[in-house]
Amino acid sequence: MPATSQRVFVGTSGDVPPNGRLVVDVGAITIGIFRVDGKLYAYQNTCAHQGGPVCQGKMVPRVTEVIEPDGSSRGFAFDESDPHIVCPWHGFEYSIKTGTHPGRSSARLIRVNVEEAPDGIYVTV
Amino acid sequence: MSVGDKTIETTNGLSRATKHPVQQITIRTDSREILANARRDIERYKLHDYFIVDVDSHHVEFDSWGEILDRLENPVLRHNAKAMTQDWPNAKQLAFSNHPVGLTFQDVFGRIPHQAQLAEDVEKSAEHRDLTLIRRAMESLGIKMQVVFPQPMLEMGLHPEQDIVTAMTFAYNRWFTETILPCEKRVKSLLCLPFHDPEASMKTIHEFGEKPGVVGFMVTSQRHAGVHRNMYMKIYRELEERGLPLAFHAGPSWGDTMTSTMNRFLAVHSMSFVTCNMTHMANWIVNGLPERFPKLKVIWIESGLAWVPFMMQRLDHEYLMRQSDAPLLKRLPSEYIADMYFTSQPMEVTMPHMLEATMKAIRAETQLMYSSDWPHWDFDVPARIAALPFLNEQAKRNILGENARRVFRL
Ligand code: FES
Repeated sequence: MPATSQRVFVGTSGDVPPNGRLVVDVGAITIGIFRVDGKLYAYQNTCAHQGGPVCQGKMVPRVTEVIEPDGSSRGFAFDESDPHIVCPWHGFEYSIKTGTHPGRSSARLIRVNVEEAPDGIYVTV
Repeated sequence: MSVGDKTIETTNGLSRATKHPVQQITIRTDSREILANARRDIERYKLHDYFIVDVDSHHVEFDSWGEILDRLENPVLRHNAKAMTQDWPNAKQLAFSNHPVGLTFQDVFGRIPHQAQLAEDVEKSAEHRDLTLIRRAMESLGIKMQVVFPQPMLEMGLHPEQDIVTAMTFAYNRWFTETILPCEKRVKSLLCLPFHDPEASMKTIHEFGEKPGVVGFMVTSQRHAGVHRNMYMKIYRELEERGLPLAFHAGPSWGDTMTSTMNRFLAVHSMSFVTCNMTHMANWIVNGLPERFPKLKVIWIESGLAWVPFMMQRLDHEYLMRQSDAPLLKRLPSEYIADMYFTSQPMEVTMPHMLEATMKAIRAETQLMYSSDWPHWDFDVPARIAALPFLNEQAKRNILGENARRVFRL
């Protein structure tokens, strides 16, 4: 990877569909680009846990638990507004919007700058 | 112009973005792709310079279940098992096993595909598929030698029918020593004992103790057995005389008095993988088995490490007040525990200062052996050990392989 940063074309807008992803290699770096609520997020494919290929994991909404005012549980629910990317090595989950683990904010993904231009999507590496 | 189809030049011509060939890892992904990031660790930590022995990994014997059933010695049992595989819709890989429903929770419902299965393509060759998968993992993790265990066979300790357990244990051991171990010197195993039956255990040691690749024997820890009972002494004596280690391999249970109250597998797995070995260690120590078999090497597998300082402190504390309950002891329980061996995975690392203290307490430099537990959902890469800031170079070398070399005379 060169010392100076570069703006690299990675694909057309259609290559990252709504609630989808595109994983690309740029030199030695692998990057996952995700689209959530129309916005793009990009992270290096290296998990904060043991370095696993997090961006190649399963995308699934955050799981929450429904609790009644009296404290009793009504079971699990998906929070569709907060999609997660799950590292396939051991299951660390990260909010795609924030890049952080919901229970430990210091466990975070390495963010990559991404922009959507009229001719397609670019990352800066 | 889409990277979906081809390589794209950047606007300034310096770098190119290429669509990664595997967008999402699934059960069908090649393990070398799943573990590609571990290969970076090999460079980073110069792991090629280390003799890395992985003392706990697994192959999936369900894939060869029919071949194992073929090796059932008793014709009636063989007939019964085969009849189940032919007639019951899901029994092809399950007949006679004790596969509990909870184990299918391990992959966190599709989140950790390699736990569910390694369904990747393997080219047809004379080599057994499992051996090819073992080689792929070893190569990706930089492992020089690997101790390989089964998976569902580890659940046999709670099987309701003991004659089936004995018969299946022999059948599996025969299959593994005939099909896998002779084909690759770098693959080793600690074979399961049919522990509920000491005579059958002795027969197992006699039949398999000198087979190539057999470096000791193993008790699956999920079982209702007091390891101090007199009937087991002959097993310990035999292994001690042969210089072969005895390992206790932990496993889960969702059906004991504690875990049956639990609703989440997280709790079941956190507790039951440890309490089974805690139970056996408590019986082992307070009954003075280290005094009775001072040369027997005992290894505790797959319970992690955080439980060990708890056991050391708890047993010492009570022993000093109740010495008459453990009259064979000449030292503190913690001192006997510090002479035992442990495998590292799943190494609890969230509180590094406590991990450092644990490693001191268990004398990790000489007693701890790296284990990956691949392909399970909580596996550890060798970099887990190589990256620890409080270990010196020699300690890392010992834990990653030299301790195993000594214990197993590799
Ligand atoms: S490396 Fe990602 S969860 Fe462990």
